[in-house]
Amino acid sequence: MSMQLAPWTVGVPLFFAALLVALGEKLPRLVADLIALLAGGVTAAACALLFRAARSGPVVYWFGGIRPRSGVSLGIDFAIDRMGAGLATLAAVLVICALLFSARYFEKPQASFQALLLAFLAGICGFALTGDLFDLFVFFELMSTAAFGLCAYKSREVGPLQGAINFATTNTAGAFLTLTGISLLYARTGALNFAQMARSMGPHDALVLVGFALVCTGFLVKAAVVPFHFWLADAHAAAPTPACIIFSGAMVQAGLYAVARLHGALFAAPLPGFRPALLGLGIATCATGALLCYAQRHLKRLLAFSTVSHSGAILCGIALVDPSAYAGAALYVVGHGCVKAALFLCAGMILHRLGSVDEVMLHGRGVRLPWLGALFALGGLLLAGAPPTALFLGDSMLDHALKGHAVARAALALSSVVTGAAVLRACGRVFLGWGPREPDAPGGGETDEEPETDRGPIPWSMWLPAVLLLALAFASGLVSREAAGRDAARMLDPHAFAAQILDGAPPALPAPPPEEPLGPGLLHAAGTVVAAAALAGLTLGRKRLPQAVRGAVASVWSPAAAALRALHTGEVGDQVAWLTLGAAILCGALALR
Amino acid sequence: MTDLLSVLPYAVAGWLLLWGLYGIVTSKNLVHLVICLVVMQSATYVLLLAIGYKSGAVAPVYADMPPGTPAVDPLVQALMLTDIVVEATVAALLLALAVQAHERGGSLDPARLARLKG
Repeated sequence: MSMQLAPWTVGVPLFFAALLVALGEKLPRLVADLIALLAGGVTAAACALLFRAARSGPVVYWFGGIRPRSGVSLGIDFAIDRMGAGLATLAAVLVICALLFSARYFEKPQASFQALLLAFLAGICGFALTGDLFDLFVFFELMSTAAFGLCAYKSREVGPLQGAINFATTNTAGAFLTLTGISLLYARTGALNFAQMARSMGPHDALVLVGFALVCTGFLVKAAVVPFHFWLADAHAAAPTPACIIFSGAMVQAGLYAVARLHGALFAAPLPGFRPALLGLGIATCATGALLCYAQRHLKRLLAFSTVSHSGAILCGIALVDPSAYAGAALYVVGHGCVKAALFLCAGMILHRLGSVDEVMLHGRGVRLPWLGALFALGGLLLAGAPPTALFLGDSMLDHALKGHAVARAALALSSVVTGAAVLRACGRVFLGWGPREPDAPGGGETDEEPETDRGPIPWSMWLPAVLLLALAFASGLVSREAAGRDAARMLDPHAFAAQILDGAPPALPAPPPEEPLGPGLLHAAGTVVAAAALAGLTLGRKRLPQAVRGAVASVWSPAAAALRALHTGEVGDQVAWLTLGAAILCGALALR
Repeated sequence: MTDLLSVLPYAVAGWLLLWGLYGIVTSKNLVHLVICLVVMQSATYVLLLAIGYKSGAVAPVYADMPPGTPAVDPLVQALMLTDIVVEATVAALLLALAVQAHERGGSLDPARLARLKG
């Protein structure tokens, strides 16, 4: 019964998006807002029901009722597992929050902005639920194109235009590589259904390996993995705040989900080069994102680079191809999505109330906004891994799963500490007036952006989604790690998946991976939170440190930050050059093993 | 000769893909950049058609063919059409952004538009 809901997750938001474009400017603002919220709400409910229905195994929906006959599929299906349905639900919740936040955010009614948000939602729902490789690409492009439009929304200024052009060019170039990879895999298998492809994959020779590496390249561009990450900060600095929360909270993670899902559905055992290649990229992403995050004074770019760093942490989990690591990565995505979205909304409220997002310019100007400061600080603590969120659960599961990979564990801890510390540092400077009135790192381009709103008191429609997201983050700490482990184990069993899709076999009931006690995780979290607070405190109070210590730190940090930032020229040609290099590395790592 | 002809489309696809990438990397003009992106996309058309091509087969229209007549793969052609639709949208969007960039920034050179750095 519930599988009949599957097409609605794409149809409802697309229909209302079209309706809003057609009628939006004529409708009273309140009516347009309510229609958009209704569409988001119905989609979220459908995704949540599918998530519930998939608890005992994937739910399969065949479009037009064209089912496979004698093990051969000619139709197109949605194969809905809990990971995909969970991602779609998360995206729908974030879109609802973005719609709420944008209700009073823009001066004029913005039906086209709402329509783009809904089109994005349709794209990501289809992307997360589909069981067909080419549909995956089409939904990927639908999601991307809506995202380009959202990013270019403030197209009156040069900065946002540059961000949108970089975003669209790099992601489209990546998408062409994905399509090339899809073509190569189709050439081998003659099929596009995941299950059918897994059955007719044949030997894992260079054709399959290069095809899979190219498919992954496009998704890793979306996931902002080093060296594909250059577009992300530009896009976040350019996009209106409500769009940032869905970029950082769901879109980036959708790229990672696709890599995990495809590898799990197509290959029974990890491809030989998969683990080292992705682990290496994940570690590099964690470290680069964290350092660049700490070097920022533009609050939205700071949060954007923190997303890069966390994306690396999730990638490390995916690289392991192991049920408990996949479960940890999934919980990490949920917790991170809620916390990061709430932080972006706080940044949006700061921009609305104080007219700037430049941490140094804002020094002490937030002292009269204690509640906003408290919300921002709470987000920072949760980002550093404070319990009881799903981010904390996921972090401790990943930390445990990465036992034996000391460098990756260190990178994950660095990511939690430094990104949490960056938020706490900004919080201390803006809301408490602590620390020096000077940047913490040299160099950089624009440090501020134009206010997106008429400045004024913060309306409830901005408070509500931020508070709601933090409440959801706390509630997400209650999810069952056992269920997540079972879902992850299902995702990694292509034989059972293919048998269910093609032969109508009942879904497998795998044993969940052993559950680890939370004690070490709590200790780890306490360590990262204290370290984050200490790092933020030391940065702000650096004038009181002995001159020798300051000089020693500055002599390492300043050139390192300057060199790393000098690579981020903001020019699209450089970004695509890095993309080409990354694609070559990935193809080489997978095909030459 | 037939060997050369069967490899040629794949070589052309690879050439177009790399040429498009090279063009984007070195581009000094946003319109040129969008065209290079379209060139890159053409590589996927050639690749898809090459994969679906079967020597000596007819077009996949079965109206007046007996069943069992070998035909080229119709699926890749459908994929290609979808691909064209999707990417035409992206190209149009990028060109619109290029027009905006020229109006606001007074230049089409990506290097002169770069405000967001580090």
